[in-house]
Amino acid sequence: MSTDQNILVKLNDAGLQLNNKWLVKGVSLQVEKGKIVTLIGPNGSGKSTTAKIALGIYKKIDGSVEKYTNKVGYVPQKISIDWTLPLRVNDFMMLTESLNKDTIDEALSLTGVIHLKDKNLGDLSGGEFQRVLLARAISKKPDLLVLDEPVQGVDFTGEIALYELIKKISDELSCGILLISHDLHTVMSATDHVVCLNGHVCCSGSPMDVAKNNEYKALFGEQASQILSRYEHKHDHIHTDEGEIKKN
Amino acid sequence: MFDDFFIRALVAGIGVAFVTGPLGCFVIWRRLSYFGDTLAHSALLGVTLAFTMEFNIAISVFVISSIIALILIQLQKKTNLPGDALLGLLAHSSLAVGLVVIGFLTFIRFDIMGLLFGDILAVSVNDLLIIWIGGAFILLTLKFIWKPLFASTVNYELAEAEGLNPDRAKAIFTILMAAIIAISIKMVGLLLITGMLIIPAAMARNLSSSPQSMVIYSIIGGLLSVIIGLFTSLEFNTSSGPSIITAALLLFILSLFKIKQSIKLKN
Repeated sequence: MSTDQNILVKLNDAGLQLNNKWLVKGVSLQVEKGKIVTLIGPNGSGKSTTAKIALGIYKKIDGSVEKYTNKVGYVPQKISIDWTLPLRVNDFMMLTESLNKDTIDEALSLTGVIHLKDKNLGDLSGGEFQRVLLARAISKKPDLLVLDEPVQGVDFTGEIALYELIKKISDELSCGILLISHDLHTVMSATDHVVCLNGHVCCSGSPMDVAKNNEYKALFGEQASQILSRYEHKHDHIHTDEGEIKKN
Repeated sequence: MFDDFFIRALVAGIGVAFVTGPLGCFVIWRRLSYFGDTLAHSALLGVTLAFTMEFNIAISVFVISSIIALILIQLQKKTNLPGDALLGLLAHSSLAVGLVVIGFLTFIRFDIMGLLFGDILAVSVNDLLIIWIGGAFILLTLKFIWKPLFASTVNYELAEAEGLNPDRAKAIFTILMAAIIAISIKMVGLLLITGMLIIPAAMARNLSSSPQSMVIYSIIGGLLSVIIGLFTSLEFNTSSGPSIITAALLLFILSLFKIKQSIKLKN
């Protein structure tokens, strides 16, 4: 089937158990070329764990992962760089793949941090470092991008610009993106598929489907549901004072 | 003034410095100083076994150090003891066992001082071959695993996620550590080998702003230490191994005046 050829990574009923505690259980999802799949869910719901399962970082998992590409770019949620390493932004860009100068400059320009190229990694601010992390992940023109809260600590205008950039990259490189984000507003307008996690897949589907789902409403509250649906259905419904959605 | 043995000592020392430079950087970056020490201590056991079985010292040390490294990895997985406790346990027990075995070997006259602190002036042409061929092999292997090893040193998950197989690189690096100790034990001795790994690299850290420059400074530092140390030991009749390490220390102290990165804001 033609759709099968577009699949980059596929989780079949995947889960991870640590010290007899399930971090996440029974997750099935797939990321296809040119599509953005977003994982949402409260803290501790297993979003990062799911991303790491998809990346193959965990070895002893339940279920299975089928990974069809090795060209992966990853922006982890937490990264601690040891200052015993003398590391400039330029060195960091070439961490997992040797790139030429133009490729590095282009990626750093896209995320707006080209002026930091020769700075020591330890001298960057949180937001600057986040932009460098994103630049590094996209610079190798990956098939699959896994972005774990990629814009944390980035200023407000930068946040919107970076999300637009992520959308653009997904279109231009036709790479698949697995995105984790808490920012329902910004993300939902661009997402193709939403997976809502709470230790298991609570619900999944298009942003609109998820917004209508009762479990989702119970998890995030009525307001979040409105946010989602507002992006999908701008003109075909109104919102009552009680937060109900009424079709026109 | 250059007697034959002195030239041999110089050539041996220079060969070792080329290898300890880059390896030492990784020892510092990966916080493996005490791991190197442990392997070096276990080398005594390797030396005694070499004497008992009339085997090549370098190979015997290499085998024993590799085994100790593997035991360490297993213990780390299976016990709840912290890494430094396990390192101490292995370092001192293997040193003790080595000394006990020496006690049994009354038929062989042992130069314990030479073993502990090195006797570079007794280096033979055979040893030179082991140092240079073994050293070239270590450097080539290190070059081969540089990318995954360095990437996983910066961040393990990034390296794993982007398909670099950091576990394999780490295992190979462990074996390289055992190998450098094996080929350099005759030169600086088992108590001072880690000094040769750490001190020039520590000096290099003070002078460099990128990983590549740190490796180069580290090699230069090691070479200078060997040359200065050996000439001093010839001039003042001091033991060669400690003289080399003392020279390295002096270079480190000099480098403190030129620290590249401001460290005021970091902890």
